[in-house]
Amino acid sequence: MPRGLRLDVAITLLVLAALALAPLLGFGANHYLTLFARIMILAAAAVSLSFLVGGAGLASLGHAAAMGVGAYAVAILDAHRLTDIAIVLPVALAAAALFSLLTGAIAIRTEGVNFIMITLAFGQMAFFTASSLAAYGGDDGYTLYDRTEILGSRLMENRLFFHYLCLGFLVFCWGICAMLLASRFGRVLRAARENPLRAQAVGFAPYPYRLLAYVIAGTLAGLAGVLFANATEFVAPAYMSWQRSGELIFMVILGGLGRLSGAILGAVLFVLLESWLPSLTTHWKMIFGPLLILAVLFMRGGLVGFLGARRG
Amino acid sequence: MSTGLFLVQALNGLQLGILLFLVAAGLTLVFGVMDFINLAHGVQYMLGAYLGAALAAATGSFWLGLLLALPAALLFGLLLEVLVFRHLYDRDHLSQVLATFGVILFLNQAVKAIWGAAPLQVPVPALLEGGVVLMPGLQYPLYRIAVLVAGIAVALGLWFLVERTRIGMLVRAGASNAPMVSALGVDIRRLFMLVFAFGAMLAGFAGVLAGPIFSVEPGMGDHVLILAFVVIVIGGIGSIRGAFIAALIVGLTDTLGKSLMPDFMRLFLDPSSARQTGAALASMLVYIAMAAILAFRPRGLFPVRGS
Repeated sequence: MPRGLRLDVAITLLVLAALALAPLLGFGANHYLTLFARIMILAAAAVSLSFLVGGAGLASLGHAAAMGVGAYAVAILDAHRLTDIAIVLPVALAAAALFSLLTGAIAIRTEGVNFIMITLAFGQMAFFTASSLAAYGGDDGYTLYDRTEILGSRLMENRLFFHYLCLGFLVFCWGICAMLLASRFGRVLRAARENPLRAQAVGFAPYPYRLLAYVIAGTLAGLAGVLFANATEFVAPAYMSWQRSGELIFMVILGGLGRLSGAILGAVLFVLLESWLPSLTTHWKMIFGPLLILAVLFMRGGLVGFLGARRG
Repeated sequence: MSTGLFLVQALNGLQLGILLFLVAAGLTLVFGVMDFINLAHGVQYMLGAYLGAALAAATGSFWLGLLLALPAALLFGLLLEVLVFRHLYDRDHLSQVLATFGVILFLNQAVKAIWGAAPLQVPVPALLEGGVVLMPGLQYPLYRIAVLVAGIAVALGLWFLVERTRIGMLVRAGASNAPMVSALGVDIRRLFMLVFAFGAMLAGFAGVLAGPIFSVEPGMGDHVLILAFVVIVIGGIGSIRGAFIAALIVGLTDTLGKSLMPDFMRLFLDPSSARQTGAALASMLVYIAMAAILAFRPRGLFPVRGS
């Protein structure tokens, strides 16, 4: 295994192991579990975005919208008292995949900054659509009656079970994305990112590959949205806002673009900072903002690049 | 809807378009010349509004406030350029997005820390109080008309500067092929600093003008920023002409959509859900327009960069 990849896997396993053991090592209190759930779900969404940005070179600023579609699938079904996972999961999957397919089919025709902007536009459309759903809370959001039931049982209410479910989902996301990146499909994506013309010349039109990558990433984000809705038992249009998409991008870049472990580390750091800094001062964003700038200016390659450089 | 109300809404739309143009002009040039995404351009608009409000309150005169706020906005833009932005030019777009978002977080909060979270009220200057009679029984505020006129004057001046002067020629050349301009012996960094500071001042100017119309509050730049990005993407990045036309399209679409959509939806829905659905649809209109335009013209209406 190349050294970079070894570091990548080592970091991921370390973080995953820490999250797996945390509840057993005295961090089992409810507020810790809430924090961990947030970390793991956002990390899973960030991993899918990292796959899209780092692997396929598609910098989407509308990734939170796909996550929101999954969350709203839970909310809308909940309002009609359909809470079993056998219904919720397929509907959420289909909704997120369809949303990604429709928006991606148009967005992938553009490139570079225009791609960033058009995904932002679709994200905003989803955001305003959600605000207009008066029956499901509109602007104020919607509080779930129940968490999703698993074949009639209320396992999700069990906090420890939910913790390991989120962990399992994070591992699943990471596994799928890592496998895809290593496969022939991933190599075509990277080739098209580096030089679309050459990729085309050897017989791979980038469009269908990119679209598939976009749909896969969107669907994974949708699943993360299902978990997020269950974690907070609440769904709001803010889940789809461009700021949330921006936060996901931060996690990816903060951790290190081009490495899936970076997205996980980035999510851990982001959520920890976001929950720790406000306890210092109400003006915590005056600390957080400059931290971001410094991270970009002085940690090229993100946290993972930083760690790798230190070791090398 | 009556003709009078339609006329008023159309004027409001034009005026929003003009303000958007002032913000988008700097954004599109910075973007076109240096290929630099500056999310913090919106907070420069906000800062202009705050500086204008604070200086007007301190000096007791809107005009003195405006006069002082412009160089202040320019200096602040230069300060940001030197401290943060110039280190980002050779970085990828996402790094630029991230770092400039950091600037937004900081400045939004800093403004809140200094002036508080509550919106500031800026009185309309005495000279421009009152209204103009558009039609019998229909008045339109004089101040809003002045904003329209000032914006159009600035747009004309900008057009002259960019299309008819030597420095404008360099800016246009930089937007279409920066490495070539640099190879021909122009200090592109200095040119950029100039463009950047000027753009910051224009955004600040828009902010001062907007003060008496909209409320001056933290985060007021974020919404404008997104709309300004929509404008420059629709118009074609780096194109002043494109930004002007796109700004008017966006301003009119947004304003007319917001006033017409709820009525339109009432044809299909009951009043209360028509109001909510209509408002949401109206907010969506500009994004739908942008997606549609990009779907057919992926480089915007007036693409600059040849390749």
